[in-house]
Amino acid sequence: MVTVIAFYLFATLTIVAGAFTILARNPVHSVLWLIVAFFNAAGLMVLLGAEFIAMLLVIVYVGAVAVLFLFVVMMLDIDFAELRAGFIKNFPLGLLLAGVLLAEITLGLGAVGAGGIALGTADGTAPMVAGQSNIEAIGMLLYSKYLFLFEAAGIILLVAMVGAIVLTHRKRTGVRSQNVARQNARRPDEATINMSPEVGKGVEL
Amino acid sequence: MTQLFQTWGLTYEWAWFSATIAGILLIALPLLLSVAMIIYADRKIWAAMALRRGPNVVGPFGLLQSFADGLKVFLQETIVPSAANKGLFLIAPIITFTVALMAWAVIPFNSGAILANINVGLLYILAVSSLGVYGTVIAGWSSNSKYPFFSAMRASAQMISYEVSIGFILICVVMWAGTFNMDGIVQAQKAHIWILNGFVFNPLLFPMWVMFLISGMAETGRAPFDLTEAESELVAGYQTEYSSMSFALYWLGEYANVLLMCALNAVLFFGGYLPPIDWAPLYWIPGWIWLFAKILFFFFIFSWVKATVPRYRYDQLMRLGWKVFLPVSLGFVVVVSGWLMLTRYGV
Repeated sequence: MVTVIAFYLFATLTIVAGAFTILARNPVHSVLWLIVAFFNAAGLMVLLGAEFIAMLLVIVYVGAVAVLFLFVVMMLDIDFAELRAGFIKNFPLGLLLAGVLLAEITLGLGAVGAGGIALGTADGTAPMVAGQSNIEAIGMLLYSKYLFLFEAAGIILLVAMVGAIVLTHRKRTGVRSQNVARQNARRPDEATINMSPEVGKGVEL
Repeated sequence: MTQLFQTWGLTYEWAWFSATIAGILLIALPLLLSVAMIIYADRKIWAAMALRRGPNVVGPFGLLQSFADGLKVFLQETIVPSAANKGLFLIAPIITFTVALMAWAVIPFNSGAILANINVGLLYILAVSSLGVYGTVIAGWSSNSKYPFFSAMRASAQMISYEVSIGFILICVVMWAGTFNMDGIVQAQKAHIWILNGFVFNPLLFPMWVMFLISGMAETGRAPFDLTEAESELVAGYQTEYSSMSFALYWLGEYANVLLMCALNAVLFFGGYLPPIDWAPLYWIPGWIWLFAKILFFFFIFSWVKATVPRYRYDQLMRLGWKVFLPVSLGFVVVVSGWLMLTRYGV
């Protein structure tokens, strides 16, 4: 009973938040609704027993990706009238994309019903391994059976990161940044000179 | 506690539901009271280090000062700036405060005395603490004022930077404990080195604790990393436009977060509810008293640092996070896993 209530709560909120993500006029509100949708999707995954995926969803998408999204959207100077003018122009394209996505999902669901490839069981639930937590099970598979794919994914991410740094890094000249080692090595007696000049000799006029 | 509700004639599901609600109240209400008292303690410690008396007027020794302050802000008028984004402006402090309370669900107060004894306890803490940044960022943006906005940008950059190294530090602890479960992590520290309870006595994990303490201060925005509310540059940072109860929620949320960081230090490195030495008579003292003593000890360190260390400059803060903590903690992940492969699993 509690599980059913929780499921309908999370599912309704996910759909409502998803709808508001595309309906909200203000892009910042859109990103915030997207975060609500992510969060409720994580709740649904907990109900399915996939607690590790749920936590990763919150840590990676809500905690890092969405923060950067929000960051960029907040910085933008947005002209709402201009945005709405583009809406009519791009409407057929959007409709086409939505149609393609709907067809893909329908095809996918049909394929699972017809037997599909062996991913979990046909009714969509993954078989539980007794006495083994999510993290252990995923770790066992990831570091043995799928080791090559895992490392390939890691290398792709590394290349993407290096590429992003190379594209945005620029060597600036004339920046007087702090040299921490040199600063720590400074002592008061070499940084200041204590003099007692005679009257009239201290300054050059 | 679920069994107790079941004996009163409820079905298992509703007994569990009622037990969870009761558990939330059992944690949240004492926590709010301790936040009020810890604000008083913070001001007293700070005053003592500055050779002042601190709050000493309301109640005996000024003990009721926080409640008087609470009553004061409660009676003040809530001012919403006319150019602000009203809905988000009012939601932001609620997010900060709620998130500060949420993480306490997985803190073990004694063996088995834990609201949600989940397998992914430590990941849950990471997930919830990564939500904390939204309260600040939304406040900065919705105020529609430049200083709060600068502060929000600083806060998000700072929290993301230090979360990276905190993640690597936690990985070291998890590898040694062999579990993400918070109760399991505490139990793994029993008689860890000789008769000492706690990962901090381990020479490989001691540097991790030092880094965790400092990263914790940066993550909660406490001095010397309180650049988000640097009064000489940003007025009062992200909370500049806030008044009355919404301001008080930020105040309470900040201290609840500090207490949480102290509790995490105690649970992950100092053996949580275990006594410091594995000696039978020490176990006669209940576990939650040990945990409270450790939390108070770490809070004293936080106050001590706040009273004595000057504020970091922004580039120094970023340098410490990305150029010092990140490489060192990443190096320790390799060293700790190598050591465990050698000693625990055989090469």
